[in-house]
Amino acid sequence: MSTALLTVTALCRREILKFVRDRSRVAGALVQPLAFWLLLGLGFQGAFQMPDSPVGAVGYVEFLFPGVLALVLLFTAIFSTISIVEERASGFLQTVLIAPTSRTAIVLGNALGGTLLASVQALLFVVVWPWVGPGLTIGGVAYITAICLGMGIGFTALGCAIAWRTDTTRGFHAIMNLFLLPLWFLSSAMFPLDSAATGLRELMLANPVSYAVSGLRHGLYVEAPAVLADPVTCLAVTWGFAALMVGAAVWSVHRPLFQTA
Amino acid sequence: MPAPAIHVQRVSLRYDSDQQALNEVDLTIPQGALFGILGPNGSGKTSLFRVLATLVTPTQGDAEVFGASTRDAAAAVRQRLGAVFQSPALDDTLTVRENLAFQGALYGLHGASLRDRISTVLGYVDLHDRADNAVDTLSGGLARRADLARGLLHRPDLLLLDEPTAGLDPMARRSFWETIAALQQSEGTTMVVATHLMDEAERCDAVAILAQGELVVEGKPALLRAALGDEMLWLATDEPYELARDLTAQFGCEAHPFEQGIQLLHDNAAQLVAPIYEAFGDRIQSATVRPPTLEDVFMAHAGAQLDASVNTLSPMYSA
Repeated sequence: MSTALLTVTALCRREILKFVRDRSRVAGALVQPLAFWLLLGLGFQGAFQMPDSPVGAVGYVEFLFPGVLALVLLFTAIFSTISIVEERASGFLQTVLIAPTSRTAIVLGNALGGTLLASVQALLFVVVWPWVGPGLTIGGVAYITAICLGMGIGFTALGCAIAWRTDTTRGFHAIMNLFLLPLWFLSSAMFPLDSAATGLRELMLANPVSYAVSGLRHGLYVEAPAVLADPVTCLAVTWGFAALMVGAAVWSVHRPLFQTA
Repeated sequence: MPAPAIHVQRVSLRYDSDQQALNEVDLTIPQGALFGILGPNGSGKTSLFRVLATLVTPTQGDAEVFGASTRDAAAAVRQRLGAVFQSPALDDTLTVRENLAFQGALYGLHGASLRDRISTVLGYVDLHDRADNAVDTLSGGLARRADLARGLLHRPDLLLLDEPTAGLDPMARRSFWETIAALQQSEGTTMVVATHLMDEAERCDAVAILAQGELVVEGKPALLRAALGDEMLWLATDEPYELARDLTAQFGCEAHPFEQGIQLLHDNAAQLVAPIYEAFGDRIQSATVRPPTLEDVFMAHAGAQLDASVNTLSPMYSA
């Protein structure tokens, strides 16, 4: 087996082992989205009215479900890379960097680990769907998986690129919250495109997360409500964004760890 | 003749914070040596290691590891190099064995050969019984040994150890050094150890002394000490700078003033005590005659103390 492939597998395996051994992280990962979904969903249930839905009336608990899936993916993926900030300060990352292995493999290994964690978590959440919406199809779940993986890779890679340039975990949190929450708010996760004000609509259409959320809706419905684009476009944008972010992360990781004059 | 393990030529390094970390350092370390880089914190030891480990490119000059340039042939250098940094580079949540397997993967090791090698290095550091414990359950000393096993896993020809015993108690330090010495013998690995501890430097075949980014002197510890003469005189005084000047003027000897006193180099230091007391007794609090230590070598060449927190006049340093 090539060193690059071994590196990807080792980093990925390590990410998963770290996750499952951290009970608070496992509990948080499962309970947090559930609580978020139910509190927000039930809270807005009475106030929400879905405009022109092809599937008839959609309650807010149901409408919010794909959005919470996206939230799970976003946060798990990005925050799995926070360890890079800590490991840069310790010797761990330095020993990885002085090994004769490819830096692209280092990015891919980290990204894949976080992606698998985020995707499994999202798919576990999908199991609840038949009690909320119209039920699941095999094709739908396969399509959702493809969206989950693309979104996971895109955001772990983004996290990787930013973690590489950030000195403290506090700084990383600040930057991530600055990015993540607006991306999620403007993704049609919380409100449909049609009900948004004109200025916001353009932002929503320009936001790659919108296409992931629409993709998740496509996977959950035969004929999905409140989507921005067709399934092929959603998948293409999600994976295109992932490719772009992997490129950014690879570029970032190839830059020297210590800046010299 | 084989290429030296390390050949550094006029290497300078300046970080973009404008801090000059290394200044025209020249250094050659033969294969198979146990070599010490001695210097206080901030003297450039870690920066030199970063250059050798291909983590940073020198702003000027060239560094070669087994004849391969760290600048142009980083991949070749990485293949033959291992490093143990100041803080153990282990993942706390993984077991010792999992950490070693992870390290092995980075060097393309897998399957039975990886398992065998893990077992071998665990034997070197005597950690077989703790191999399946998470690293965060190990004591500081054991974690260091596990980290040493990690550094040795891929059979590096050169192992860089940057203050590998920092934070360890004397017993754990001794045991760590015994392991290092045994490994140098059994694996033939060239070991380069950065330290600010005198007794650790004494264990090396040869040392280079680094001060403020410059290499001030290098050689075998015994020869460096011998170069200062059989004995040297330490004078405790409140006015080291003035007294040193007066001593040099009157006795023509080499006198180095420091915060805590004066280091006086003379072939017959003991015989100087009486005439010095006669001339300057009122300005001297105490005088100590003893064989020079590596700390004296450092002070004589660098003009500064290695570790300001250590009182050089304390009895533990007197012979």
